[in-house]
Amino acid sequence: MNEQQRNYVMRTVEERGVRLVRLWFTDVLGVLKSFAISPAELENALEDGMTFDGSSIDGFSRVQESDVLAVPDATTFEVLPWGDGKAAEARVFCDIHNLDGTPFDGDPRQVLRRNLEAARKHGFDFFVAPDVEFFYVAPPVKGQAPQLLDEAGFFDLTTNDVSSNLRKQTIRTLEAMSIPVGGSFHEDAPSQHEIDLRHTDALTMADSVMTLRLIVKEVAAAQGVHATFMPKPLEGVQGSGMHLHMSLFRGEENAFYDADDAYNLSEVAKRFMAGLLVHAAEITAVTNQTVNSYKRLVPGFEAPVHISWARNNRSGLIRVPIPKRGKSMSTRIEYRSPDAACNPYLAFSVLLAAGLRGIERGYELPAEAGANLFEMSDVQLAALGIDQLPQSLSDALRVMESSELVADALGDRLFGWFLRNKRREWRDYKTHVSAFELDRYLRAL
Amino acid sequence: METLVVFPNPAPPELARTLDLAGYRWKAMGSADEATRNEPPEGWSGAVVMADTDPEAAWAFSRALRKREPSIGSLIVLISGAQLEDLALRDELFDDFCLTPFHPRELEARLKHLFWDRGGGARPEMVDYGPLSLNLETYQASIANTPLDLTYMEYELLKFLAQNPGKVFTREMLLSRVWGYDYYGGARTVDVHIRRLRAKMGEEHANLIQTVRSVGYRFGQGRWGT
Repeated sequence: MNEQQRNYVMRTVEERGVRLVRLWFTDVLGVLKSFAISPAELENALEDGMTFDGSSIDGFSRVQESDVLAVPDATTFEVLPWGDGKAAEARVFCDIHNLDGTPFDGDPRQVLRRNLEAARKHGFDFFVAPDVEFFYVAPPVKGQAPQLLDEAGFFDLTTNDVSSNLRKQTIRTLEAMSIPVGGSFHEDAPSQHEIDLRHTDALTMADSVMTLRLIVKEVAAAQGVHATFMPKPLEGVQGSGMHLHMSLFRGEENAFYDADDAYNLSEVAKRFMAGLLVHAAEITAVTNQTVNSYKRLVPGFEAPVHISWARNNRSGLIRVPIPKRGKSMSTRIEYRSPDAACNPYLAFSVLLAAGLRGIERGYELPAEAGANLFEMSDVQLAALGIDQLPQSLSDALRVMESSELVADALGDRLFGWFLRNKRREWRDYKTHVSAFELDRYLRAL
Repeated sequence: METLVVFPNPAPPELARTLDLAGYRWKAMGSADEATRNEPPEGWSGAVVMADTDPEAAWAFSRALRKREPSIGSLIVLISGAQLEDLALRDELFDDFCLTPFHPRELEARLKHLFWDRGGGARPEMVDYGPLSLNLETYQASIANTPLDLTYMEYELLKFLAQNPGKVFTREMLLSRVWGYDYYGGARTVDVHIRRLRAKMGEEHANLIQTVRSVGYRFGQGRWGT
């Protein structure tokens, strides 16, 4: 590690009176993990990494080889803005290595690094800007339906005050953590909110999504509110997605932009999109990794169902926002199926891999889907060659299993572990008898 | 590091060796006039005056440096034990003294303390521009006396810009000067970091970093205003 960066971290810890440094990393399922060390241990950690027992973490390692090394990425060091001034805390993201110093193949951050490196070999830098949706609810009680914040009665203050204050404070905290917010607003559903982040290189953005999820929850919890990124917490209203705006840059140039094209889309952009469409079904288990994710991907709620693209039609999987005239930098594509319950490192990895595959193999982009696909019959859709996204986690896993692209992108070990873990989730779900079934069948049958 | 001026010229060998070993940059000068003529563009950062062989010339040298506008930063005078009385009534001429023959480690420790505390070769360098202040020694930045919590790259970018106020830099220039070749994310990374810095500096100070359309960025006011 760069000596200057290390000095910067050590001096900042000293000058700002940091008492605790939190080492952050992410498990395979996208859960943020943390362990805290004292400033006295930090210099050592920056130099050699911190050994910890990886077997305690899902998907990390088998028992017989349980020790791994968390190596702080000093560029991500930040003083946490919510600590008190006298005993400040800081965080730093870690890369996980094996004890011999090689990248640990169960670490999602290393997986993304590897995929970004592949893009760099083509001269591309991958930029992502997510629109993150979530609900504010009352602290959940097991077995009860979520209680929304916008419904009167739960809070003494008028609900608008509560949620807009929460959002304001969340944005302030995000900006203090180097996460630039593009916009934020109340979403369509009651108690649903959206925060849009400005585009950043994909590794930083994956870190930012992890930080955002924590901050949104922390800020809410401080007011006795629960924030949830569950994809579909309520039947009959919109679910929460994480639309991803993506672009590739070649140096200062946006590689997706072509002034001469009717759509202002370059050949690179079209092939990238074609790659996403061809491999969409294979990567869906990663971008939508829970049983619940598939209850969002249904017709009628602005969530995509069909594997198609369009400029201004929000029913497709890929939308090409029309940038303001001359704004070549903001030319991008919006991939609309992912939800914020995904592991951002892995989701960005498979999306990038699918897009790059399209570029490498020169895939042809199919025609734009003009009409509202939700209003078309299956026969009409089939005639247009438009497939559907997987209908359930089980479907998605089946397609993923035979995908050589996803196995390459994730690495064999993480790929295998992900499939095993998610199959178990599906099995658990399958044995559950739901309220739907009881209501529908108990008396009638 | 800035340069110390040493009297007399040539400097006694044991003094020269001590300064070299301690890592100071220095030049020996025989008179105040010579020191002024040969002053580096950034000025002398301090003075080491050997007064045990020609005390009169040494005190004259010290007095001349002190009377200049601006006055010399810090001055240490080296005298023999027999000269201790000379210090009386000359307090304004020196910041510290050391007896000759000096012990190299004592002199080194005194120099270190003096130039740390009062400015000079090893003092904490500050970059100040309007409400912004950067302490290059401790890597801390503050705006309107409020500490700014920055990531390492945000700090490096702000430091580079604040050290070169009024100049316009393209993204590629900033990338190669600040990030070097070990960077991630290409030229757009610069925009991302600028956006973050502005957000952290707060709305009222965000315009310290200005966007120069279709060129790049500039810190502070341009020569011709904006």
